[in-house]
Amino acid sequence: MATYELTVNGKPREVNVDPSTPLLWVLREELKMTGTKYGCGVSACGACTVHVDGVATRSCMVPVSLIGKRPIVTIEAMSQDPVGRAVQNAWVMEDVVQCGYCQTGQIMSAVALLKHTPKPTDTNIEESMGGNICRCATYVRIREAIKLAAANLK
Amino acid sequence: MPRYSAAGVLVFAFLFALGSGVIVVSALSQAGDAKRSAEGRTQGLAAWEEVYSVLTHPRCINCHTATNYPQQGDDRQRHFANVVRGPEGKGVPALNCASCHQESNADSTGVPGGHNWHLAPLSMKWQDMNDNPLSSAAVCRAITDRSKNHNLDGPGLLKHHEEEALVLWAWNPGRRPDGTIRSLPPMSHQQFVAATRRWVEAGTPCPQGR
Repeated sequence: MATYELTVNGKPREVNVDPSTPLLWVLREELKMTGTKYGCGVSACGACTVHVDGVATRSCMVPVSLIGKRPIVTIEAMSQDPVGRAVQNAWVMEDVVQCGYCQTGQIMSAVALLKHTPKPTDTNIEESMGGNICRCATYVRIREAIKLAAANLK
Repeated sequence: MPRYSAAGVLVFAFLFALGSGVIVVSALSQAGDAKRSAEGRTQGLAAWEEVYSVLTHPRCINCHTATNYPQQGDDRQRHFANVVRGPEGKGVPALNCASCHQESNADSTGVPGGHNWHLAPLSMKWQDMNDNPLSSAAVCRAITDRSKNHNLDGPGLLKHHEEEALVLWAWNPGRRPDGTIRSLPPMSHQQFVAATRRWVEAGTPCPQGR
């Protein structure tokens, strides 16, 4: 066990866990932030996506020991983020969600895309969102919502 | 009839013999140089083949693709999760290499990592579009072409092989998700550097052919 001082959504948090513990389980089990979801556990579905130092990161595969001083941002902070808010609003307007399980990761990836590429093309969206899987196949609505969010962020 | 003094004849004879000797010695020296040069090239080419055997190992060639994606595993399969190259070889926003690959190996989860994880540029592709490794001659030409290799000369290539973090990673590739150690290149890093040095000292010769 080791103690780690993390910055999560702008707040300092301290956890005492095994160094090999994936960030996902630190968030969900230690910090009780259950907005980030466990999907495949092998980086293949994107449900666990958070931002680490601004980079969309698969939290299920990153041991907490490798986070260092980098700030972590989760879905819980998206409503206070201008791009996050725009994406969430677009998600509602386009009625994206079916079962909803993957949508945390979808939104976190969409926000990361729009922060880097404010006016994404269809190709940009397909490539950047290609690692986020949706069993309900909401892909068309996700694409339209990203375009709507981009338009609303003018 | 011209009359020559004995001394003049002796001087002429001496100079003639000296000149002939110089020519003979020079010719022998040139032949020796040519032989040594041919031997040096042969040894350099042999060293290159050792280098090539490492460059085409999956730990190296998986990120020297000609396609829009990296490969993974000893079977050099396409990287899972729809990972793409991106404009700088580091993936695309929301699906960066750094989305999973950290500054070091994550042995508990089986994700390899190293500093500045990225694909080699397309100018350094060592495969064709069908994912087959290029020939020894083609790879050699590519990595000695300074318009393609970030302007590295022989010593620069040696330094790259000695010190570049992702080159060094190939000999410390960490564990697979099942806990087993990833396979290593066919020789040690020390042997790889020594082979590169011999190849560089021989003038970075490349095999003939396509």
